[in-house]
Amino acid sequence: MLDFSQNYFELFGLPADFRVDLEEVSLRYRDLQKVVHPDKFASASEQQQRVAMQSATLVNEAYEVLKDSLKRAQYLLSLKGRDAGGENLTTTDGAFLMQQMELREALDETRNAADPLEALDNLLDNIKTAINEQIAKLTILLETSTEEDLDAAMESVYKMQFLKKLYSEAESLEAELEDMI
Amino acid sequence: MALLQIAEPGQSAAPHEHKLAAGIDLGTTNSLIASVRSGEPGTLPDENNHHILPSVVRYLDDAVDVGASARDAAQYDPLNTIVSVKRLIGRDVSELKTLGSQLPYDFVDLEKPVPRIRTVAGDVTAIEVSSEILKVLGKRAEDTLGGELDGVVITVPAYFDDAQRQATKDAAKLAGLNVFRLLNEPTAAAVSYGLDQGADGIHAVYDLGGGTFDISILKLNKGVFEVLSTGGDSALGGDDFDRVVAEWIMSQAGIRDDADHGTLRHLMDLGRSLKEQLTESDSAKVSITHEGSEWSGAITREQFNELVDPFIKKTLQACRRAVRDAGISKEEIKDVVMVGGSTRVPRVRERVGDLFNTEPLINIDPDKVVAMGAAIQANVLAGNDTDGDMLLLDVNPLSLGIETMGGLVEKIIPRNTTIPVARAQEFTTFKDGQSAMAVHVLQGERELVDDCRSLARFELHGIPPMVAGAARIRVTFSIDADGLLNVSAEETTSGVKAQVNVRPSHGLADDEVTEMLRASIDHAEQDVKMRQLREEQVEAQRVIEALKAAMSDDADKLLNETEQQLLLDELQKLIDISGSADIKKIKDGIKALEKASEFYVERRMNNSIQQAMAGHNVDEFK
Repeated sequence: MLDFSQNYFELFGLPADFRVDLEEVSLRYRDLQKVVHPDKFASASEQQQRVAMQSATLVNEAYEVLKDSLKRAQYLLSLKGRDAGGENLTTTDGAFLMQQMELREALDETRNAADPLEALDNLLDNIKTAINEQIAKLTILLETSTEEDLDAAMESVYKMQFLKKLYSEAESLEAELEDMI
Repeated sequence: MALLQIAEPGQSAAPHEHKLAAGIDLGTTNSLIASVRSGEPGTLPDENNHHILPSVVRYLDDAVDVGASARDAAQYDPLNTIVSVKRLIGRDVSELKTLGSQLPYDFVDLEKPVPRIRTVAGDVTAIEVSSEILKVLGKRAEDTLGGELDGVVITVPAYFDDAQRQATKDAAKLAGLNVFRLLNEPTAAAVSYGLDQGADGIHAVYDLGGGTFDISILKLNKGVFEVLSTGGDSALGGDDFDRVVAEWIMSQAGIRDDADHGTLRHLMDLGRSLKEQLTESDSAKVSITHEGSEWSGAITREQFNELVDPFIKKTLQACRRAVRDAGISKEEIKDVVMVGGSTRVPRVRERVGDLFNTEPLINIDPDKVVAMGAAIQANVLAGNDTDGDMLLLDVNPLSLGIETMGGLVEKIIPRNTTIPVARAQEFTTFKDGQSAMAVHVLQGERELVDDCRSLARFELHGIPPMVAGAARIRVTFSIDADGLLNVSAEETTSGVKAQVNVRPSHGLADDEVTEMLRASIDHAEQDVKMRQLREEQVEAQRVIEALKAAMSDDADKLLNETEQQLLLDELQKLIDISGSADIKKIKDGIKALEKASEFYVERRMNNSIQQAMAGHNVDEFK
């Protein structure tokens, strides 16, 4: 069998750590694809082409997770026995919920701003800052495996999901506004 | 040919054998074929030294004419002369109507997934028309290169959907060509430019052809072309510029839009001619005689710009979205490569230059750059470029989803995901004892089923009887390196593999392709059998050679003696029957050897992965 039992970090020869060097991840990704990609087997037998496609698919999937902070955090949590992918996440952080509401209101109001694109630019920056705060937290929380830290990490992931969704909504609005010009 | 082409210095497996490979740019207006000869890619000319083949097919009583002479006949024989067939391929009639252009053909079989066009030579599909163009190009290559082609790379617009890709592949099959790979046009162009200039960094490729528009953002790093995002419109191109100018003439000259096919075709030609003149000059004159009265007038470049601006604007919107999808800022893009004949229009260059804030690159002939990139890729895939490091990593252009309750679409594979990719989705039954279920697969970005393109409907049968909600049916959607969709399904609690019936919404069924193939060959039955036998023998040879090469490479390292002996025995079995004339016997023999050697193929893959990663020191980034 293809060694699908390896986790994504092992496949890439990396330690299972939330902190990754993205340049290094891309470099390893390219080196792996140079070996497994179906294009390297274009004249080979159908069986080899099939195995190559499965391998390249696995490498793509792993890369997708390793390069994205949210997916990487979720994946690490799953390796530590936590399901951070579903809807079973919550937060009781009042300050965060307040910040959420403010950001969402700001998004709704950008259309009416004097310069909507500039307002949106500021908002995107603010969301990005909030996302980076969660990344910083996760970096520390995921170093350990205490139940307490994992609980906190789960909450952080929940917040990140929120923020990322908001970010993509803001981007859609940006696209809409730019298309009107 | 090595089983796993692990590039270990000094351990080249089989002696080098040059294979004949070519790249084909199957364009809306023009098509080209190119090949790498003596290390240099170049387009191949016909016997009159013409490189460009107009993508026009004219059906006569007893012959098919392809190219310039067919194009010249379009005006007086419009019903039998198919131009811009690329706009029709992989589409059904309702879509053709919304394309906006007046199609001067007699469509029949309107209710069928694949509409047919009535001609004097019978009813033809867009797939068959395209295959006529491919046949001419294939023959040109075999005449020029002096032998049978081992395989070709055919380019398609990056924004082509599954049905359009599948139809293109079917056309190649009909033309008797072995397709190594379908390659996205902007990626092909990037290969031409990238290898030429050796420039690592992020590049944009703006590709405006006769009937399609693509924008791709790529990252080039030491021979690896990684597509970050792609976008476009598979029904927008220079044809639209011609048409809008033709409409301008009609309104000026008082010609109604119910004019005959010949007049409409003539107007389109005038539109194209004006567009081309306005590339060089600031204004152009035109005159036309219609129903006995003559009209003459002139159009300035400003007027022309105003007419085409709405189309250019649409392309710029797609560019901005692609940049956003790539997760980069415009400033990170080093340069913009212009591809496709329509980028000759000065207004296009000006607006694209403004958007990206850089002077667009036009140093390679925009008509030839795609075919040359495809030739380079074909050469690599044929295994001729053994020490090359080139690798293309492309994405799927459109999101793939399934229909859920209330006519909504749930996305399973989002757009711009690197291919090959596989994603699974679990379904369950909603009735006790339910033994089948229907799954509707869609492609597109919108939320409603009606706004997306229906790719296929799958019916899963053989689900074991259970109470409602107990079954766990795992459906896996995978997109291969050609960008084509495959589906498999399994009931996971019982392990029963549900049978998947694929009914393509827009394509030809496999037996229809076989039927066309049969019809296109004289003495059908016999020849098709012979062809199948030869294909099977070739595949058997491939399997034998691959295993031999692999074993001579690393059998001592990866296999123990018992395993080696087992494989050698199985290998001998296939060698013994590979010359037989019994198709089924060879087929079974191949299967048996593949089954026996599967562990070895996978072990080699794992081994090569480990070797690739062994070069990186784990400590170096801690």
